Amino acid sequence: MGLLDRQFNNSNVIITSMENLLNWARLSSLWQMQFGLACCAIEMMAAAASHYDFDRFGVIPRATPRQSDVMIVAGTVTLKMASRIKRLYDQMSEPRYVVSMGSCSNCGGPYWEHGYHVLKGVDRVIPVDVYVPGCPPRPEALMEGIIKLQEKIRRESLVKKSA
Amino acid sequence: MPSDPTGTTDAPLTTSTGRRIRTEEMVLNMGPQHPSTHGVLRLELVVDGEIVVDVIPHIGYLHRCFEKHSEAMTNYQQVIPYCDRLDYLASMNMDWAYALAGEKLLGIEVPERVEYIRVIMAELQRIASHLLALGTYGLDVGAFTPFLFMFRDREKILDLFEMTCGARLLYNYIWIGGLSHDLPPDFIPKAKAFCKYFRPNIKEFNDLLTFNEIFIKRTANVGILPADVAVSYACSGPMLRGSGVKFDLRKDEPYGIYDKFAWEVPVGTGEVGTVGDCWDRYMVRVREMEQSLNIIEQALDRIPEGDVKSAVPRRIRPPAGDVYVRSESPRGEIGFYLVSDGTGSPYRLKARSPAFVNLSVCPEICRGYMIADIVAIVGSVDIVLGEVDR
Amino acid sequence: MTFDEITKKLRDAFGDAVIEAQSEGVPEAFLKVAPAKIHEIAALLHDDPDLRFDYLMCLSGVDNGKETLGVVYHLYSMVHRHRLALKTDLPAADPKLATVSDLWPTANWHEREAWDMFGIVFENHPDLRRILLPEDYPGHPLRKDFKVPGFYNGMKVPY
Repeated sequence: MGLLDRQFNNSNVIITSMENLLNWARLSSLWQMQFGLACCAIEMMAAAASHYDFDRFGVIPRATPRQSDVMIVAGTVTLKMASRIKRLYDQMSEPRYVVSMGSCSNCGGPYWEHGYHVLKGVDRVIPVDVYVPGCPPRPEALMEGIIKLQEKIRRESLVKKSA
Repeated sequence: MPSDPTGTTDAPLTTSTGRRIRTEEMVLNMGPQHPSTHGVLRLELVVDGEIVVDVIPHIGYLHRCFEKHSEAMTNYQQVIPYCDRLDYLASMNMDWAYALAGEKLLGIEVPERVEYIRVIMAELQRIASHLLALGTYGLDVGAFTPFLFMFRDREKILDLFEMTCGARLLYNYIWIGGLSHDLPPDFIPKAKAFCKYFRPNIKEFNDLLTFNEIFIKRTANVGILPADVAVSYACSGPMLRGSGVKFDLRKDEPYGIYDKFAWEVPVGTGEVGTVGDCWDRYMVRVREMEQSLNIIEQALDRIPEGDVKSAVPRRIRPPAGDVYVRSESPRGEIGFYLVSDGTGSPYRLKARSPAFVNLSVCPEICRGYMIADIVAIVGSVDIVLGEVDR
Repeated sequence: MTFDEITKKLRDAFGDAVIEAQSEGVPEAFLKVAPAKIHEIAALLHDDPDLRFDYLMCLSGVDNGKETLGVVYHLYSMVHRHRLALKTDLPAADPKLATVSDLWPTANWHEREAWDMFGIVFENHPDLRRILLPEDYPGHPLRKDFKVPGFYNGMKVPY
């Protein structure tokens, strides 16, 4: 947002494109859905707590899907839970993003081979924007994932459908 | 006591003209996505207005096939990472419980240094787990600040674990017969510094949350669990001790070297309400943190030198047979029923997880309270869905 | 009470229903009893003032592999501080056993789990539903002959 800042310094007039403005607004306040599944949720809580302070990225936990922009799927997705995740995703308003946190929701993780009740990757039920590897990923890794998501949003276009 | 549920159900509601109003019970769904159910627990509440008539817990939303995996592994040590993921807030205790079962089956004696390090790790883990339990409990009943304070201190414990074995949450550190590697050189001074730093903070937590008037109003006299019900439901850990039963496996069936330390078993006394209410369970956890600090300090002073891997067997092939070994995790009695058929991998491994059993008593202690109290009651049980569902 | 005293007491009361008592050469002593008598034996263990096993630590199902399923009860007494492992074997084709959830309420969920994982039917159980898996899941996964389903509700299960 270099352009925006320069305009601020010179005068009170901001000239930017609609696209830039929308993307900037979206990426600066990614409200996440407060929704933890397993071990990764503890690291997600640690990221939101005092030491790592997720708030500075504009990531604030919300308890309801209607108010949230990003769903961090933190933990193992089981077959029993998969349909609920799908429903929660459907309840989120657009634009909505999904960060898959940890090996389990990326691909089944340590449960890939004998997990008769584990969904081998949350991308089998909902589309995923960013995958964060690790078991569990450190809070820094989750932040990296959020920054990657912000970069992705920054490149979004109103006319062209984002990938 | 509950705010008289019978008064609203028995006496029929009437209009001013004396006509009876028909009322119905309603079923309310809570979870699996709910900010106060500590993971993916689903509760089916049958309510009469605001008053809960019955609670039906539905679990299994995190069933990760632990028992199948332990049967499918090719080596006994390979099960340990899965034990880590059982109770991800107390991985050290889980690893130790499993290692105890394996060692009993093999008949291994572990070196004394290993025993000391295990005690230090398990008690640090207990403090970390209780910190998270108390912090999120505050969050459940509407206090946000203590959560931040407690996470601040929990990070310091995680730093100690990280310098020991490189992981913050899931360690794979305690193996059958020993440890994955020795303590780093500056661990002991850092751990001592942590104990010194942490002890006054418990008072700070008490000032912030424990004796907060609103917190007491929310938790005292709520969710009372009588001692006989607790025993018949096989509750354990702070859940049992909160009801006034002085039973701690570290004291009553000492494993490891717990009999060498001087410490107390805190029990619920009904200080601000009735024995066995939510506040008592909460307070048992606070006091256990102090006792854990006592144990850690004694262990750090007395830790002997030695090799931590001398007793780790190269190939594990226990004779056919089965053992049930239990130990005290932050949530209560974690038991492993391990069956060997003489091959290199477990034939059957059942985890008796404390939170699974503690949760089963919930319907008993939830009846007759308001919906908002259910949040306080379920929070005070301190469940970790990873081990409830396994 | 020691294991031998407990064994003697049960043998006196139930005779042949106590099939086997192993305390030598095994990591942990156990009693094997006839499944038909399980509830009466459990009631004696629970109620007798000398035994008073009031704490059911664990109830596990086991697939023995030889056409039999097993159920193992690990009992503890908070009063006398003694413990006991009680085993019983059932035919895999028709595994039926009386519930003990009326004696130890904690057995309720453990028995539901054994039904879920092994398909062991606990008779007179107040609420025998699956506990961990969804109600429409095919099969009982901890049986040794369990095959992972290819699809569940349209979701692919194998990797």
